[in-house]
Amino acid sequence: MPTFTFTLNGAPTTIEAPADLPLLWILRDHLGVTGPKYGCGVGVCRACTSHLDGAAFSPCTTPVAECDGATVVTIEGLADGEVLHPVQQAWIDEDVAQCGFCQPGQIMAAVALLAQNPHPTDADIDAIENVCRCGTYVRIRAAIKRAATL
Amino acid sequence: MTTTEPESPAGLSRRRVLAYLVAAPTLTLVARIADGVAGPAAPAGATPGVPDLIDLSDVLTAAALPTAYLLRLEITPAGRVVLGVPRAEVGQGITTAFAQIVADELDARLDDVDVELDPARPELLFNQLTGGSNSIHSLYGPMRTVAAAARARLVTAASQRWGLPAGQLRTAGSAVVAPDGRTLSFGALTGAAAAAVDLLVPGTPKPDAQLQLNGQPTGRIDARDIVTGRARYALDVEVAGALPTVVARPPTIKGTVRSVDATAARAMPGVIAVTPIPTGVAITAETFHQAVAATEALAVQWGPGSIEGLSDGDIFARLRRAAAPFTTLPLGQLVVDRTFEFAFAPHAPMETLTATADVRGGRAEVWYAAKSPIVAAQSVAAAVGLPQDTVTLHVVRGGGSFGHRLFFEPAVEAAQVSQAIGRPVRLLWTRNDDMRHGRLRPASHHKVRATHMLGSVVAYEHRHATLPVDFSHGFGDALSGAGFDILNVGATQTVFQLTQKIAYDFGVETQLLTDVQLDVPTGSWRGIYSGQTSTVNEIMVDEIARTFRRDPLGFRRDKLSSRRSRAVLDKVGAIGGWGRAMPAGTAQGVAVHEEYKSVVAYLVEIDCRDRAHPRVTKGVCAVDVGRAVNPTGLEAQMQGALIDGISTVLSAGVHIDRGAVREGSFSDYRYARQAQAPPITEVHVMAPTGPPGGAGELGVPAAAAAVANAYARATGVRPTHFPIAFG
Repeated sequence: MPTFTFTLNGAPTTIEAPADLPLLWILRDHLGVTGPKYGCGVGVCRACTSHLDGAAFSPCTTPVAECDGATVVTIEGLADGEVLHPVQQAWIDEDVAQCGFCQPGQIMAAVALLAQNPHPTDADIDAIENVCRCGTYVRIRAAIKRAATL
Repeated sequence: MTTTEPESPAGLSRRRVLAYLVAAPTLTLVARIADGVAGPAAPAGATPGVPDLIDLSDVLTAAALPTAYLLRLEITPAGRVVLGVPRAEVGQGITTAFAQIVADELDARLDDVDVELDPARPELLFNQLTGGSNSIHSLYGPMRTVAAAARARLVTAASQRWGLPAGQLRTAGSAVVAPDGRTLSFGALTGAAAAAVDLLVPGTPKPDAQLQLNGQPTGRIDARDIVTGRARYALDVEVAGALPTVVARPPTIKGTVRSVDATAARAMPGVIAVTPIPTGVAITAETFHQAVAATEALAVQWGPGSIEGLSDGDIFARLRRAAAPFTTLPLGQLVVDRTFEFAFAPHAPMETLTATADVRGGRAEVWYAAKSPIVAAQSVAAAVGLPQDTVTLHVVRGGGSFGHRLFFEPAVEAAQVSQAIGRPVRLLWTRNDDMRHGRLRPASHHKVRATHMLGSVVAYEHRHATLPVDFSHGFGDALSGAGFDILNVGATQTVFQLTQKIAYDFGVETQLLTDVQLDVPTGSWRGIYSGQTSTVNEIMVDEIARTFRRDPLGFRRDKLSSRRSRAVLDKVGAIGGWGRAMPAGTAQGVAVHEEYKSVVAYLVEIDCRDRAHPRVTKGVCAVDVGRAVNPTGLEAQMQGALIDGISTVLSAGVHIDRGAVREGSFSDYRYARQAQAPPITEVHVMAPTGPPGGAGELGVPAAAAAVANAYARATGVRPTHFPIAFG
């Protein structure tokens, strides 16, 4: 089996796996990184949203081979130790979460959006396609706007 | 004085329990406190059909009452207040609300409270069922009482320690405080408090006027765990060696396995085991991806499903034929006759149904976000042939439910596979499984007739035909336990009659349910029948107002029976600017709903100028749940219910084609995303009007109807089939 090396949440990581194995299952089943959630496995619900070289991506549809040599950040790698990322703090300040299952992905999508576009409009926020079945959208919007002011 | 009579969660004898309590080094209350507590009246006569007198909330609370005080509250030497909650947390926020309630009664800091979800506790009988928006309603009194009893013991212990009269002591900040300012922390007192026998202060809850945390807007106690990814769901629990498992399922609903050739599947990379189970063929592999891939390599001869060959057209035709006849005559100009239909809808929680199980050595341990854990554990025991007392079912946090987690098929499947292969497994329903083989809100046909004279409705008839909603998860047992004769009437009829009422003065009212016996996995979907029945009624109110050429809000105001409902309606009218001038193709819509001892009104604005993509641009809500323990959490529930209303009315449903669910993912089950959600939502929580009612499901019918009513006013097209996008 081929070997792949990438940086995961700041730590060099080497894994032996089939090249076409989606990163989500490497993270969850082999590395015990369970923040990225399975919601559909086909890249439409975005519950697993994480960052690949700084951009939002869906590990459930990204083969591990595509991550070779890259930098991967999951929700677990967002905070600086005990100091939360401003977007995480905004999520707490707006009390966004209900069941919480989609929120790691929502936060990672928001962080990626704000990195590209520090002052997103409502239309920019509408472009986030992550599903929240609890319907926390209005608080997600508020949290993104709050984080944008920090 | 409140008396405490300890009981054991494990059903131990009283003598043993007393020893356990006395010997407990720290204050651990597993108390039955029966005196001086006002519980709901037991349903006298138990005659269904009068939700004005007794409703589902009363019945579930009455069923829970005999064991409602068997709560687990422990104060550790480190000062943690550990509260066991015999309910599921699936996003509705009850763990935060219960932490607030208990912290307030104890005068503990909220940060010092740890809430744990109780595992299945069979001794709780009908009091471990999360449904009917009943958790706060049923446990509000018991939680306060148990916490107040604990506080009395802590004060007694401090009084003895200091040699000061207990009446001079107060409690604050997780400590007992002496008049001179000295403090003793709860942690330091817990051992003595456990031994306290004669309580020196009453263990009664505070008067409402002294409540502080209880009623204060509060963020979720688990927010940090969620935003850091530390929150663990059933697939995330750390069970050493638990192997990824998925199940190959039949192509049609409830199809069967005739024969399996697993040769090719076994040869696939990573595959560890192939296990035929009653619901399909389970594949266990090193990763879920490999397990899913191997399901495609299975050669299975599938037997027919339970509705083989039937499609939506056939099913709706049966529903239309089955709807009960009206009793009033069609009096020409004097009736408003309408029909409405709703498509099937899956619950589709973000976390698909998922369970972890370890069945080895004559014992079973299962992790599942069960809303009916006792029945789930019993079902696991039966499925693997073990005595019930060898099954431990841990209730883990759930990634949404909306009714789906009242059922527990994956817990049973995981146990079956684990037993067969002799190793722990983590069993995942794929999104396809969840939508195509999970429970559905059944499709429904509604015919409604309002007969009117001189501007008043004199008769209102609603005939609701649907598939039987499955209440076999313990709900039916709870109804029986509360004295209802569901064997004769049926659980579906009982729930329907306990939940359906007309909020208006509409003369002679009859609402009848007809079940069409088609074997489709159904389950109550947030709101049970009201998500359809009450939504239809609120659309009808607009239709009637239109007939009378009345303003929909003004007409409601005149005809609503309850002052509380008029108050929330007035509130949304005022803060939502009802009647303001709006561009063509956009409009406001309004609706109200009463249930679970609570009332709610929504006012929405919709923009239908792009007819293919209607967008609710604003939602305003006013809600009166009696007393909101956590207004922040209550607002969240109303916001979420609005998204359910938007989704189910405009775009979200599934089709049945030749015995199978057509849709299989969020790509075709079009639940609202950010681009379909209103950018502006305002929720007004009314001032307290009484004890807490229910909230979780409350908002859905009024939200849905307000959207439908706004759509009709914006487009001039009055929708009758939902979701509207299905045409």
